[in-house]
Amino acid sequence: MSVLHLTKESFDQSVLHAEKPVLVDFWAPWCGPCQMMSPVIDGLAEEMETAVFGKVNVDEEQVLAQEHNILSIPTFLIYKHGQVVDQFSGAMKKEDLQSRLEKHL
Amino acid sequence: METRRLIIIGSGPAGYTAAIYAARAGLKPLVFAGPQKGGQLMWTTEVENFPGFPDGVMGPELMDRCRKQAERFEAEVVDTSVDHIDLSHKPFVVKVGDQEHHADSLIIATGASAKWLGIPGEEEYKGRGVSACATCDGFFFRGKNVVVVGAGDAALEEATFLTKFANKITVFVRSGEMRGSKPLQDRAKEEDKIHIIYFTEVKEVLGDGQKVTGLKIINNQTGEESEIATDGLFVTIGHKPNTELVEGKLDLTKGYLVTEPGSSKTSVEGVFAAGDVADWKYRQAITAAGSGCMAALDCQRWLSEKE
Repeated sequence: MSVLHLTKESFDQSVLHAEKPVLVDFWAPWCGPCQMMSPVIDGLAEEMETAVFGKVNVDEEQVLAQEHNILSIPTFLIYKHGQVVDQFSGAMKKEDLQSRLEKHL
Repeated sequence: METRRLIIIGSGPAGYTAAIYAARAGLKPLVFAGPQKGGQLMWTTEVENFPGFPDGVMGPELMDRCRKQAERFEAEVVDTSVDHIDLSHKPFVVKVGDQEHHADSLIIATGASAKWLGIPGEEEYKGRGVSACATCDGFFFRGKNVVVVGAGDAALEEATFLTKFANKITVFVRSGEMRGSKPLQDRAKEEDKIHIIYFTEVKEVLGDGQKVTGLKIINNQTGEESEIATDGLFVTIGHKPNTELVEGKLDLTKGYLVTEPGSSKTSVEGVFAAGDVADWKYRQAITAAGSGCMAALDCQRWLSEKE
């Protein structure tokens, strides 16, 4: 599945009310580690059917970033039934991100 | 199984330059990009001192261009990390997950990583106010007060960069002086927002469970401890070479890979080193690229002498 481009308007519906667990990537185009992680997220979204993947561009969605206390990018939030069940920051290996996500499936 | 003539481990300026030279020489190198694809420059914004870019170039863009240049000459770049290497017999073995790759020669260009303070609260508040990358995270500290720890060029650059966003930047220096270069020091000292405080160490990161709220600090001359309020802590206390793969297999000194003077040869024949993993002194993108070139040329010569 493709990665959702999340906005303030779509966040509640796409993330909080999703049936499957959701991995949300807070990122910005000027952030090197975010650029490294972008193809990783795209790849996992292609491969994993059991989760939903979304991205929030913090440049465009500053309010959304503030509401989630984002102080670093990339930051990843994992939601399950509308609740944050995991949060972590920084670039990492694809396998590590995948296994971190799989713990919540 | 096919034995490669050369495997390169690392994808910073050293790894990619070695790949460009080796690929042009027809060695068809396999490059493992590693956990930080593109290396430390991926953490920077504008690079102003790389020759050939009079208007500067973005670090990530420079690395992307290097990679494309290597791939143009049939270097194969793979975005995975090496788990283990075996140098005890020929060909050398490079293990990646459950796969094994064999090679006649290796270039180690695994670079260096940012060091952390290792104090209570630091790990807990990473990404919640504790950062090692002002260019990534400075954006979130608009109008706030932040602390930078460190005394070198990186600390000065980060502090100066943070003036774009933060209200006040306090720099804690453990000793009585900055080590950074004169122009960077002058630039930082001219900034009204930057306050440099000497003989001070951070002992603990304090927070409210959600984010950083303050720091416990100590004056290492008087021993006086105190707490200060801050919204962010940027740690820039230098780098450590990424030698985990080669520890116990190649000679190290001060933690860095040892190379023969004027060469990229390591203590094992057929294994060459390039970039920050073997450079405690210069640590620049251009010197890493230069040593990557040296490693590729040394390797090419060594391979042809063997035949």
